[in-house]
Amino acid sequence: MAEKQFEPLIIGFTCNWCSYRAADLAGMSRAKYPPNIRLIRLMCSGRMDPEFALKALRSGADGVIITGCHPGECHYLEQNYKALRRYLLLRRTLKQFGIEPERVRLIWASAAEGARLAQELTKAVEEIRALGPLSWHNVVAADGDRPLELQHLEEVAA
Amino acid sequence: MSDKPKLAMYWASSCGGCEIATLNIHEHILDVDAVFDIAFFPCIADFKIKDVQGYPDGYIDVCLFNGAIRTSENEEMAHLLRQKSKVLVAFGSCAYEGCIPALSNLTTREATLNTVYLDNPTIDNPNRIFPQPVTEVPEGTLFLPVFYHTVKSLDQVVKVDYTIPGCPPEPHQIWAVLQAVVTALTQGVPLPPSGVVGASNVAVCEECPRQRNVKKIKRFYRPYEVVPDPDICLLEQGLMCLGIATRGGCGALCPQVGMGCRGCYGAVPGVEDQGAKMVTAIASVMDVGKPGELDEVKLEQEIEAIFDTIPDPAGTFYRFSMAHSILRRTRVNGYDRG
Repeated sequence: MAEKQFEPLIIGFTCNWCSYRAADLAGMSRAKYPPNIRLIRLMCSGRMDPEFALKALRSGADGVIITGCHPGECHYLEQNYKALRRYLLLRRTLKQFGIEPERVRLIWASAAEGARLAQELTKAVEEIRALGPLSWHNVVAADGDRPLELQHLEEVAA
Repeated sequence: MSDKPKLAMYWASSCGGCEIATLNIHEHILDVDAVFDIAFFPCIADFKIKDVQGYPDGYIDVCLFNGAIRTSENEEMAHLLRQKSKVLVAFGSCAYEGCIPALSNLTTREATLNTVYLDNPTIDNPNRIFPQPVTEVPEGTLFLPVFYHTVKSLDQVVKVDYTIPGCPPEPHQIWAVLQAVVTALTQGVPLPPSGVVGASNVAVCEECPRQRNVKKIKRFYRPYEVVPDPDICLLEQGLMCLGIATRGGCGALCPQVGMGCRGCYGAVPGVEDQGAKMVTAIASVMDVGKPGELDEVKLEQEIEAIFDTIPDPAGTFYRFSMAHSILRRTRVNGYDRG
């Protein structure tokens, strides 16, 4: 029997003005994207606190997708530039925690780009699916009380 | 012993600086001695664990517990002192949120032990001997504490009544807290509500006398690379300063002498993850990318180039708060531990 395909759980943070409407448009025009993404609407991608992403990942999400207006088209002038900088710095930080940076993604989409957003989301879901489960709650919960097993030492890059 | 209230201070995984800071309240230490009986304080008085085990539960009125939980012994002592103490205080950054010991949560236990017992240039260990929790010798069985994978804060293993942040806590703050406890014990005044004491509720920037303008940072400098202007905000000069995301109470001592805040008082009230807030703050003050200026590829490259001047973001932003961070540790061994 074929093994059941891994279904990642992905939290999407979308901005109210462009990408949430793009997602709406995708729905209205029946452009399909995988149901693995749970969208949360923010007023702006600049509202995307890195804490949101960390909480999602710790609580069982396998990936986080942030969407916002294209650079230069932010409803709040340049907050999506801040979102981009935060996203890039967050990815660097996550890497040090052993989390593949590709689990956190940023997609620009205007309100008219429903079909393109659906495409991009589908691509992102497949790439996160390929990374496998994150299971962060297990990583944190499983530590602390295992005895030393020094016979099988191996170097692990910090 | 007399019927004076009992004070204890214990070190788990720590450096001993908290004890020094406590003794640094100078002549007030005489007041502490006048009010309290010392019930357990390995740094300054000779007590054994069996003395503590012999106390009735709740015998110690106030226990200042410093140090993180790194080994099974640390954890045992935390449980013992919790049982024997009426008021348990997480004293200092290690007990509060992991501090420097918890930075090893960014690597594995095996890598940490390798560094300590094999890889340092000054180590000579040809037989690759590592400490073992259980060792059989002709005379009998020897036991060592188990070295945990993950460094934890005190409140992750036992209930904590109060927290005094700082690495180490500032002596005037320690004295203020001890005074409040003494007043409560001698005059029957109720103790303050549980939580963080001996610190302020605003960021270090509030206490920093440096002049603040608009922050526009083009790159970061390591402290040895520049001589900072003595009057202007260090972050504005491109020197990493965690003051914006760190609880005050220290009096902004480090920024005043030209060293950016290291973040030792932990997150400001209401913030769960100090590092995430630093990511937010640092990304916000970068001077790159105005609308319409650069195309998307070039923009990303320029931002990445600036971030290249921050060599260790996780270790910098979580220098003191790793054990209390949302993620708490790095994933281990090909991500397969479950």
